[in-house]
Amino acid sequence: MLTGAQRRQGLAAGAASLTAIALFVVLPVTALLSTAPASSSQGGFFDGYTASLLRFTLLQAGLSTFLSILLAVPVALALARRPAFPLRIWIVRLMAVPMGLPVLIGALGLIGIFGRQGLFNRLLAFAGVEQPVSIYGLSGILIAHVFFNLPLACRLMLSGLERLPGEYWRLSASLGMRPLAIFRFIEGPALARVIPGAAGLVFMLCATSFTLVLVLGGGPAATTLEVAIYQSLRFDFNPARAVALALLQIGLTAVVLFIISRLPPADIAGVGEGRASRRFDGRSLLARFYDAGIIAAATLFLVLPLGAVVVAGLKADLLKLITMPAFRQAAFTSLAIAISAGLLAILVSLGIIAARAAIADMRHPPRPLKAFSAALSGMSSLVLLVPPVVLGTGWFLLIRPHADVTRAAPLLIAAINMLMALPFVMRVLAPAFETHAARTGRLGASLGLSGFSRFRLIDWPVLARPLMMALSFAMALSLGDLGAVALFGSQELTTLPYLVYSRLGSYRTNDADGLALILGVICLALTALGTAGHRRQT
Amino acid sequence: MRILLSTTCAVITALGFSLPASAAEKKTLTVYTYESFVSDWGPGPKVKAAFEKTCDCTVNFVAVADGVALLTRLKLEGASSEADVALGLDTNLIQEAKDTGLFATHGIDTSAASIPGGFSDDTFVPYDYGHFAVVYDTQTIKNPPKSLKELVDGDPSQKIAIEDPRTSTPGLGLLLWVKSVYGDEAPQAWAKLKNRILTVTPGWSEAYGLFTKGEAPMVFSYVTSPAYHMMEEKTDRYQAAAFSEGHYIQIEVSARLKSSKNPELAQKFLSFTLSPDFQAIIPTTNWMMPAAKPAEPLPPVFSKLAQPAKTYLMSPQDVAKNRDAWIREWLGAMSMN
Repeated sequence: MLTGAQRRQGLAAGAASLTAIALFVVLPVTALLSTAPASSSQGGFFDGYTASLLRFTLLQAGLSTFLSILLAVPVALALARRPAFPLRIWIVRLMAVPMGLPVLIGALGLIGIFGRQGLFNRLLAFAGVEQPVSIYGLSGILIAHVFFNLPLACRLMLSGLERLPGEYWRLSASLGMRPLAIFRFIEGPALARVIPGAAGLVFMLCATSFTLVLVLGGGPAATTLEVAIYQSLRFDFNPARAVALALLQIGLTAVVLFIISRLPPADIAGVGEGRASRRFDGRSLLARFYDAGIIAAATLFLVLPLGAVVVAGLKADLLKLITMPAFRQAAFTSLAIAISAGLLAILVSLGIIAARAAIADMRHPPRPLKAFSAALSGMSSLVLLVPPVVLGTGWFLLIRPHADVTRAAPLLIAAINMLMALPFVMRVLAPAFETHAARTGRLGASLGLSGFSRFRLIDWPVLARPLMMALSFAMALSLGDLGAVALFGSQELTTLPYLVYSRLGSYRTNDADGLALILGVICLALTALGTAGHRRQT
Repeated sequence: MRILLSTTCAVITALGFSLPASAAEKKTLTVYTYESFVSDWGPGPKVKAAFEKTCDCTVNFVAVADGVALLTRLKLEGASSEADVALGLDTNLIQEAKDTGLFATHGIDTSAASIPGGFSDDTFVPYDYGHFAVVYDTQTIKNPPKSLKELVDGDPSQKIAIEDPRTSTPGLGLLLWVKSVYGDEAPQAWAKLKNRILTVTPGWSEAYGLFTKGEAPMVFSYVTSPAYHMMEEKTDRYQAAAFSEGHYIQIEVSARLKSSKNPELAQKFLSFTLSPDFQAIIPTTNWMMPAAKPAEPLPPVFSKLAQPAKTYLMSPQDVAKNRDAWIREWLGAMSMN
């Protein structure tokens, strides 16, 4: 029930968001294509090499998504069943850390556990196995992708389960439903609404994976399209090929996302907040052991590699690192970029949400508006697929003739990070805003509340939490991103991940480990801030 | 929501203005280079101080990720580049760089340069060099390979981490080294070496990280790498293996740009890179060998480094012409099962 003015405002906000995103992506691509040097177009574009890249990209992303989702289901179910599990909120918070770590650091952590000299192989050697088990190859890529994406999928599913009304559990208990029946009638349908969104997100993240695939893939047989895009732009400087490959990547993934979204009834999923609702099932000893076992196994899988990062980081002289001017400057730049990216992502998301609400509010929206709504949904997730190196290079070309690139670089990086964070922020905010609008829309309108007083009295108390959470999510993502910084490079502009890589690039592995640890702690602190006060909500 | 909008705008504006503008009263020489050159522990700060003493000017470094990114940046900027000097390309990039038509001939006396195998060019001035080498961990590898052939034919359970020639210059260096030694037999050599390769990383940092973490007992790096560990960490645990066939060399060069507004100053800087003062800075900050005689003798640990018996270097033209074909060949050999 919106007034005509509200509907128009909503549509305008959505149109503004969509235009901003479209311009931000299309302009640099055009700029890149128009400067393409005429030379160096060796051979056809779609040859056997590209086909093999395509095959491998699809294979590893498909398998990674399947495994991440499959393994996340029991973990999410167990966590949802155990609202009072010891340290539960910290387990859920810890799940945000892999996302905020520079990928290479996560990979080195995994290697510390599963590598040739890792804990796992040392245990095997202790047990008498002589040849170390090698993870390099497809298995290594899969382990790494599950490590980075299972926590994400799990948080998405957990929130789907936690949004179920408490009455369900009371009713199922009074009906004496068995675990299988509960799964079939309550948990299953709730998960089915979340899984398509989660799977789509994980698939996109895995399809564009680069460093992980090369480092753990063991050889050039494991190469994704993203590697080829990077190579053609950074190494061969062939923008036409880079853009063509990027389009191929986007088109292909769009098809996969479309198929995924068609499978079961799609619904937007929120991200787990660690909120607990009262459950009456799973009281038997066996069920308790099972859940505790599942949670412990998942936590161990998450904590061990993170532990390896911590152990390595503690070997560094942390005090010296923190007091260094370069660190202070990088931390300041990183946080400034992260908070800008986070606020931008929220702003753009709000525009999209408002427009979609306005369209959903109409009983019979005209066809163009339906298409507009679909474009908003599609755009807000597909932006994850545009390679940052393409955006960065294109914007560099656009800005240089008119302004100092060094000055504009932080803004560009913030905007690129905003695009990356958008799909995540949308998944946090959309369900919260939709529920809130459904609950309070009519009441607020009948009370004649609008503008600031409505915001202060009705919206802020309820929406503050999802907003904070979305902000912390986006900031963590932005903090861990090395992204396009390297291209703009100047002495003034260094971010924390850049500092980590620059130490690694000049023999100073110890310092890099220490900085990565600090970065991980900052991410955890941000997530704790974003989910603060959730425990009181039991 | 208006509050959010205005907060966002305020933060963004603050972000835009948080970077200090560079004051330009004196003449400024803008040098584009790679990131590790200008880091606190790199040669950049000392080079800047030393040159500013002689020139009554300000040296402004603009640093990008690596030599390849440096050339890309110059291509993107074209004739309107701010750069007076580009420092940090390597020999494999020279032909591509010349083809851009952006560089001016140096016109200085480079007779001070002395590089194994010799190097002279009318545009690019060498400032340091390093031979590629397999660096190994003496605690794990008791009998290091003594030749490329031994590396290829050796025990496949002793692994090496190498870099990808599609995305890194050392990776390309190894490709060219194998090609120089094996010629047309290179694919067969790669097919054999493949079993010893732990993984192929996108850049040097990842491979070296795997090595210092103990995951790979060997890594493809430089003859000079052990010097860092000996001087900074006081350990001779990591050593470079001397190969009897000889080693492939990487020569780092600088050049001035045609579009430079300070051509004399740029020329002066190029001459300065071959001066004893500049050369004395290089070994212990860039961890490469000086291209000319340094003001002070090299630190003693440099005499402990492997001495390559022979130097391989393909001409930049050959590299530019064959690189794509050789990378395809490498991909084919490495992807076979």
